[in-house]
Amino acid sequence: MLSWRAALVLAILAPAAGGAPTAARAQGQAIIVPPPVIQPSRPAAPRPPAPAGAVPSPRPARGLTWKDVPDDAGRAIDLQWVLSPDDTLQRALVQGYDVMRSENPGGPWTLVDSVAAGVDAYRDQSTSLRRNVAYFYRIDAYGPGGVTPQGSVTGPAIAVSQWFNHTRWSALALTMLFFAFVLFFIQSAQGEGRKPFVRRIPGIDAIEEAIGRATEMGRPVLYVPGVQDIDEMQTVQSLIVLESVARTTARYQTPIKVPVTYPIPFTIAQEMVKGGYLQAGRPEQYDPDSVQFVSPEQFAYVAAVTGIMLRDRPAAHIFLGAFFAESLLLAETGFATGAIQVAGTANANQLPFFVVACDYTLIGEELFAASAYLSGEPKLVGSLKGADLMKLVIVALVVAGCLLESFGHHGLTQWLATQ
Amino acid sequence: MSALDRLARLDRRWIFLVTGLLVLIPLLWPLNLPLTPAPPVRAYHDAIASVPPGSHVLVSADFDPAARPELEPMLRTTLRQLLQRRCKVVVVVLYQGGPLLVDQIVRDVAAAQGAVYGRDLVNLGFKAGNEAVMVLMGQSIPNTFPRDQSGADVRTLPVMRDVRNYSSFRLLVSIATGYPGTKEYVQQVQGRFHIPIVAGVTAVTAPTMYPYLQSGQLRGLLGGMAGAAEYERLMNERGAASRGMDAQSLAHVFVALCIVLGNLAQRARARREEG
Amino acid sequence: MKRELPLFVTAVVGLFMILSFFVPHQLVSVPADFLQQSAVIVVAFGIVLGGANLLRVNLEAVVKRQPDWPYRLVLIAGLLATVVIGLIEGRDFQALGTRSTWIYDQIYAPMSSAMFALLAFFIASAAFRAFRVRTVEAGLLALAAFLVMLGRVPIGNAITGWLPSGLRLGAVSEWILRVPQNAANRAILIGAALGVMATGLRVILGIERSYLSGEE
Repeated sequence: MLSWRAALVLAILAPAAGGAPTAARAQGQAIIVPPPVIQPSRPAAPRPPAPAGAVPSPRPARGLTWKDVPDDAGRAIDLQWVLSPDDTLQRALVQGYDVMRSENPGGPWTLVDSVAAGVDAYRDQSTSLRRNVAYFYRIDAYGPGGVTPQGSVTGPAIAVSQWFNHTRWSALALTMLFFAFVLFFIQSAQGEGRKPFVRRIPGIDAIEEAIGRATEMGRPVLYVPGVQDIDEMQTVQSLIVLESVARTTARYQTPIKVPVTYPIPFTIAQEMVKGGYLQAGRPEQYDPDSVQFVSPEQFAYVAAVTGIMLRDRPAAHIFLGAFFAESLLLAETGFATGAIQVAGTANANQLPFFVVACDYTLIGEELFAASAYLSGEPKLVGSLKGADLMKLVIVALVVAGCLLESFGHHGLTQWLATQ
Repeated sequence: MSALDRLARLDRRWIFLVTGLLVLIPLLWPLNLPLTPAPPVRAYHDAIASVPPGSHVLVSADFDPAARPELEPMLRTTLRQLLQRRCKVVVVVLYQGGPLLVDQIVRDVAAAQGAVYGRDLVNLGFKAGNEAVMVLMGQSIPNTFPRDQSGADVRTLPVMRDVRNYSSFRLLVSIATGYPGTKEYVQQVQGRFHIPIVAGVTAVTAPTMYPYLQSGQLRGLLGGMAGAAEYERLMNERGAASRGMDAQSLAHVFVALCIVLGNLAQRARARREEG
Repeated sequence: MKRELPLFVTAVVGLFMILSFFVPHQLVSVPADFLQQSAVIVVAFGIVLGGANLLRVNLEAVVKRQPDWPYRLVLIAGLLATVVIGLIEGRDFQALGTRSTWIYDQIYAPMSSAMFALLAFFIASAAFRAFRVRTVEAGLLALAAFLVMLGRVPIGNAITGWLPSGLRLGAVSEWILRVPQNAANRAILIGAALGVMATGLRVILGIERSYLSGEE
């Protein structure tokens, strides 16, 4: 049983790829963030000796303060100081500042980094910085006249690890709200024991019709689960739908062909098709070669799939998943073979190609609704309702945000901005 | 049989032939149509032009030979502009078909600009893992890419001396054909690490980048060969993209014509069937 | 038990990864980083499974002399040659002048570009065949397509150069992309992002479990 391993991999990858940050993705659309504070720095080259008596050494920097960088795992300390009075364009006595660090106020001091003249802040996030260790900092001004250490040192500065990233309250609140909606509707659908209403999605209804036609013509069905790996949710969704499709083809006794781009979706696709045949009560008809690994290479995959279209002449083409430039190559070739074509993707830029060249197209979230729609299971349909309600919340937030920003109130925008 | 009837039955290979000729002819005999840079292209150019000399810029070149005609001119012109400004350029590749292609381009431009590899620029090569790599780079770039494309220890290269993570860079340039690409940088990196990003993408993905452009998450955008050509125009160059634009102009006109003719032919057929 | 344990592990790991987005503390961030790196390695090893299937299916077809067997032979030869040459050249297979580089430059690059270039031909034929103006909406769509297609290339500005700059095709197409296109795109994006989250949640909580475990 390989699929649970894949599910595990998915669970690990998904939050990085499209899971938790998606909350920020949906909201992040309209957020303008301030430009970052970036410290231009120059190589820590050895300071040249001052030419004797020619140029005076610069006066020191003053007022060094430190602050633990918030919302991190204790990996950084922010420093801020007041420039040397000699750090002006006219006097040009300062070339830059050395950031020095020590575990004792008396030294020994190590050079952390150097920054250019005119820079009065630095974020120490060097790998040598350890959390929960008390450090002392000093800023040395240097110029053609030599190096002047700061008169006093600052510290003890300690980088502390935090348990919560405070800038992500909004993401947490909205994620929780979303989860609550989904779970609530799943629960209530289960309690009532009847399927909540879901509108007709012609594209999904057309899948069965297409399989039926392939059966009449005695030709196979081609199922393309997109061109991305398992860390893409569209691939996951497509593989889930594949099981229902395989169940139908098994019932109709029509062969199915599933070319796959990546190895892990390939093993899952095998499980899904096998599972579909099992559920239809025809495990003996499952052909292990019906699912085939092709290549993660986009156009090699296109060549292989169009080859299948032209040689085996499937009468139904189902394209569900993430697609890129191959969408029209597949759909136009498919049209030329006269097959009935159903497509679905959340890659908005490929939708026009599918709409033009296919008989039916699932747009964006319709793809994600497909498994619930096909199974009709109250729990799954309930989760659709939860997502719909969340969409309403987002619409309300967008309207409220537009109004507030128009009247010069930035509170909501700031609350929604994450770091 | 009328002309429109014949058109309705047209073998699509005739369309292929005309498309091919319309692309080929202007490449051989250029028309030199004038170029007007669009605002996102100007913003892209200006974002790079405002990076102080000497500061580091991260260039993520994520494309393969398929997207070469559109994205290679962007990468070349971008590297030229950066090196002319004396910026320190760090190149990475997250797209699996790209490393060799990108390395050739990087070395080519560096040689032409008289830049010294390892001092003025470095190509850290390819790392598999998509968004996970982007996030890892936020922790440490030398740890994520311990060796460069040619296998040298990056910690020994002068250009990498001050490079830790995204905070070491003034700007991130994402030149990308698909996944992983600009969208993922905006979602994973801009949101978390707040580095300014400009992007160059293929024409087909350009429309999906407009939300990010409008929200300021992208500072500038080059869309397809047209974007590359307008950028070349701003840099007073006439490179591969500018030469390709004549071909693209004619092809676009032809596609527009196809829509009109297709509809006329369809109407004629429908009328005949009614009659 | 055979089914519950994997689902339990999936749920725990999934929720832990969501947690790591909110909790920067090293007790969470260090294991989360480790899990992410491990996942990258696991995924990379998957290529062995895929390669084995590719070889098995195609070798069988060649042995059984299926109608298209010569193509399959080319595929097997290409696969083996690339892998063997890569292994012989070892770590420096991407250096200048190696055979791997030659394969990339002379075979991979032109074939890949050629496939992508087919798109231009297919767009023209699809425009001719399928872009039907039957309704007012389709008419608006066609109009927008016209303006953007011509506005994105120099010829658009060249033929409307006599108009004020805001009405030239370049500016009009920029407006279409920036305003109506952008609005629709965002709506699809938000809807799809919610779909992604809902599917993710269903997988993590095991609601889709009949599907992912392949049993009812």
